[in-house]
Amino acid sequence: MNQQIEGAPTQPQEPEKGSSRWRFALPLGLFAALLIVLFVGLMHSPEKDLVVSPLVGKAAPQFSLPNLVNGGQPVSNAALRGHWSLVNVWGTWCANCRDEHQTLLMIKQQGRVPIIGIDWNDNAANATTWLQQLGDPYTQVGEDPNGVVAIDWGVYGAPESFLVNPQGVIVYKEVGEITPDVWREQFLTRIDAAPGTGPPPTTGED
Amino acid sequence: MHSPRCSHLRALASAALLIGLVWVGQALAVDTTPPLPTPQLQQRYLALTHELRCMQCQDESLADSEVDLAGQMRVEVHDLLLKGMTDQQVKDYLVSRYGERILFKPLFNLRNAWLWGAPSALMLVGLLAGWRIIAGRRRLVDQDPEEPLDDTVDEHWTS
Repeated sequence: MNQQIEGAPTQPQEPEKGSSRWRFALPLGLFAALLIVLFVGLMHSPEKDLVVSPLVGKAAPQFSLPNLVNGGQPVSNAALRGHWSLVNVWGTWCANCRDEHQTLLMIKQQGRVPIIGIDWNDNAANATTWLQQLGDPYTQVGEDPNGVVAIDWGVYGAPESFLVNPQGVIVYKEVGEITPDVWREQFLTRIDAAPGTGPPPTTGED
Repeated sequence: MHSPRCSHLRALASAALLIGLVWVGQALAVDTTPPLPTPQLQQRYLALTHELRCMQCQDESLADSEVDLAGQMRVEVHDLLLKGMTDQQVKDYLVSRYGERILFKPLFNLRNAWLWGAPSALMLVGLLAGWRIIAGRRRLVDQDPEEPLDDTVDEHWTS
């Protein structure tokens, strides 16, 4: 019946069949296209986008924070110049930071990069106690009680860590805990891949 | 015997009510950032904090979130406005730090063209399809003058 309706006014049999086939093909095709769009959207969900920071590939933002050590020099970009560095944002209120601490101590042991800590949304007394009890993996710790520097670095949780190259450019950002595997696969591979990476500047061991 | 217990209950009830009201009051006052010096600035501040996403929350704006980070970012927006930044500069700055996701309303650019264009494109396709179907029906009516209109339609629907 449909075919009659479509084809009757103009042309004989041949184009009729084609157009009725289209009737099925078109909605099906549209539906398939919709499925693809939705699937792609699902794969690129905002949660996954979050991992990519717009700061990766850019110079580390300028900062200067009071040193956790009383009377110590302010902690600033000067601490990042001329060598690879790991900038670790943490806080004593952050449960994952406690887990991560063991890995940070291991990284210190390796001596490949100095770790600069940013103690975020916290206070110096808590931070000092924490480091006395758990060990201190940091070369320097800056105090950021109000999150001014954390916001400038695009931090939205703790722990978050930035790998900064000798030119002061952020090469990689890890959101969440650094585990030994993450350290090896995401951080060390990037340091090793860079040309002219000599022995570590901080200590003699390797 | 009756009255003292009653008054106790009443006192208890009113105390509970009072505590409840205080609690509600606190819950409503999420934003404790000091107000900006002029009503115009404060108005812009309120608009901005409603347009920016709390990065730690599920679909909550900076203005509505009780998370520490949201509080710190409200202070940041407050300070940037005080420094004389335009709304666009404040947004650009936060996007450069957190990415486009921090904006509730996606940017109007080429990369997002499909996002903005898709609804109207789909609507157009739907209208076009509807128009073709209606045109087809009309042609059917024109072609079969012997058959009354109502019958044709019924037959079509049931077949």
